[in-house]
Amino acid sequence: MRRKRDGSAVNSYLLRRPIQRWSPVFLLPMAAAFCIGFVWPFLHGIFLSFCKFKTTSKWTWVGISNYLKAFQDESFVYSFWHTALFAMVSLLLINVLAFAVAYALTQGLRGTNLFRTVFFMPNLIGGIVLGYIWSMIFDGVLSRYGTSILLNGRLGFWGLIILMCWQQIGYMMIIYIAGLQAVPEDMLEAARIDGASAWQTLWKVTIPNVMPSITICTFLTLTNSFKLFDQNLALTGGQPYIINPDGTSIHTTEMLALNIYNTFYGQAANARGVAQAKAVLFFVLVAGIGLIQLYATRRKEVQQ
Amino acid sequence: MKKMIALLLCLVMVFALCACGTSETPAASEAPAASEAPAEGAAGSVYWLNFKPESDGALQDIAKMYTEETGVPVKVVTAASGTYNETLTAEMDKSEAPTLFVVGNTAAVDTWGDYCLDLTGTPVADELNTDAYMLYDADGKLCSIGYCFECYGIIVNKALLSQAGYTIEDITNFETLKAVAEDIHARAGELGFDAFTSSGMDDSSSWRFTGHLANLEYYYESVDDPAAWEQCPAEIKGTYMSNFKNLWDLYINNSAVNPADLANGGFDANAEFANGEAVFYSNGNWEWSSLSEKGMKAEDLTMIPYYCGVEGEEKAGLNCGTENYWAVNNEASEEDIQATLDFMYWLVTDPEASEIAVGTFGVMPYKNAAQSTNPFLANADAYAAAGNYVMPWVTNFQPNVDAYRAALVSAMNTYDADPSDANWEQVVTAFVDGWAVQYAAANG
Repeated sequence: MRRKRDGSAVNSYLLRRPIQRWSPVFLLPMAAAFCIGFVWPFLHGIFLSFCKFKTTSKWTWVGISNYLKAFQDESFVYSFWHTALFAMVSLLLINVLAFAVAYALTQGLRGTNLFRTVFFMPNLIGGIVLGYIWSMIFDGVLSRYGTSILLNGRLGFWGLIILMCWQQIGYMMIIYIAGLQAVPEDMLEAARIDGASAWQTLWKVTIPNVMPSITICTFLTLTNSFKLFDQNLALTGGQPYIINPDGTSIHTTEMLALNIYNTFYGQAANARGVAQAKAVLFFVLVAGIGLIQLYATRRKEVQQ
Repeated sequence: MKKMIALLLCLVMVFALCACGTSETPAASEAPAASEAPAEGAAGSVYWLNFKPESDGALQDIAKMYTEETGVPVKVVTAASGTYNETLTAEMDKSEAPTLFVVGNTAAVDTWGDYCLDLTGTPVADELNTDAYMLYDADGKLCSIGYCFECYGIIVNKALLSQAGYTIEDITNFETLKAVAEDIHARAGELGFDAFTSSGMDDSSSWRFTGHLANLEYYYESVDDPAAWEQCPAEIKGTYMSNFKNLWDLYINNSAVNPADLANGGFDANAEFANGEAVFYSNGNWEWSSLSEKGMKAEDLTMIPYYCGVEGEEKAGLNCGTENYWAVNNEASEEDIQATLDFMYWLVTDPEASEIAVGTFGVMPYKNAAQSTNPFLANADAYAAAGNYVMPWVTNFQPNVDAYRAALVSAMNTYDADPSDANWEQVVTAFVDGWAVQYAAANG
């Protein structure tokens, strides 16, 4: 009761009353937008994955057959493994390089701010534009060797890795810089006094202290890789295909999101329910992997 | 207070869900309700979802003309290049869905047939002067009717041809075309121009080959077995793949571009042709407007058939057909349907409007429409008048057309970079077996 009488306290009656009275004004628009923009489409999407439909307002219920078809679809399974491989490689490369750049740029070099800006800038360019620009760069080089990024799935894979590294390293670098700057100076000093080498300091002091940054960066790179769509579409669009003797084809550089898109629009309308089922599986997968990864890296974080 | 807020929030959520939930009821049940609404004044409006970006300007003018004449609002929306399917899918879901849209091939009839009004006996369908441009669904419903037809083949710059020492009469079949093209390509340095324009395989150009050029294979196959090709066949034989290869090899080996670079695309064949860099250009009559804008003269241009080494091809004509088929949305209100049908009838009969439309689209196969002034369509007529056979657009049967063509593009890219027999086998597999796969996927 004493708290309530203190008019200057943050949770005092005088302050709390108007906040309570007016909170709906601030909360309701957001809640409504969230429902309209996310909750409803999400539920509707799950519902449609059990239906056969051409437009979302006209459907017939078909049960789980869409899911069965999705699992039987060879191209979907292929794109899953392709995406998983891509995610692993890009996760490693992006984080190692971003950390290295961040580490270098926190050592008090000349022109640090300029470098930070330059490294960050690719992140400001949209994915489609980036995909087309890089396809021109790659093809400019590769045409000298009589090939193209559209002719070799291996090149397509590494091309996309390069593109994503180029785009994302700057962003992750910013997060790592923030983490590195928060490493307590007294710990570093203690390590120096104890005679730890730079390498030891890095592994025993710096990295444990930037674990929260590593958690968030690995989470971001992992989910970004799984959700990757526009760069994939613009750089190779799934080309080249391996044409199987029976006439089916494997789209060697097609990732999950693009596979879903191609199923939805590239095929006749009776595959739309299947595409929707794939999208739901896709959500479960990305959410699941993200949560597992968060759990795993959180445990390694140290409390300061 | 807290409870109040929680309650309010719950209410909002429930409300939001319910509000959206009502739209879940099948739109079919809404249509009759809408048509019961009282008619008010000049009821009904037209919403045309157009799929050809190049004709957007002319259509907007036509829409304005009609509104000025009759007071009926006409909205024309054009989907961005290559995104017609996506746009149509999104638009058909809205409460103000297109009343007039394009259902241009059998694959589209499979997808959108449920939404098509049966056009049998409508005044506009009765105006058609041929039954060649009508698409039916499996139950025999007239789903869509062609509003114009076009032709494609190989566009020739006659002026350059004569500079190289040939006339158009020298080319009568594949042998002669090959001899002329290879000679021009061999002398390209001295002549200052090459035989063929680039055959880029990016999305902006690959349809000229995976769609148009492929037609020769389907067409000759359909001549051998017309019964199998009355509907989209479940599988094809690939009998004329060697002829497809003849012409494709000629295209890629006799141009200024290294075949291995074709996959990357980024070429502008239209500009190459208009700048006089090449004699032959594989494309259709719709190129006339842009070629004439760039200063080419009708008397220097002609269009020849796909000569590909088939017996008797001296009597071949151009590939004539269309993907421009009108369908009317049967879920629109009755007033809107009536307004749309009236608008269509007006467009194919009104002298002024049909003249604009003909200038944009090509020939309108209607009894009272204006005549076309397109020189390439005149070529098509001349071939037909001389008794040559027309090659209809059998290509329109391609099942799951985007997926089918994408696989073909990939296989052709591999072949272009390394023209080995094994790689051509891949093209044949994508072309022939890919058809069966996509047919099964589309009809499964």
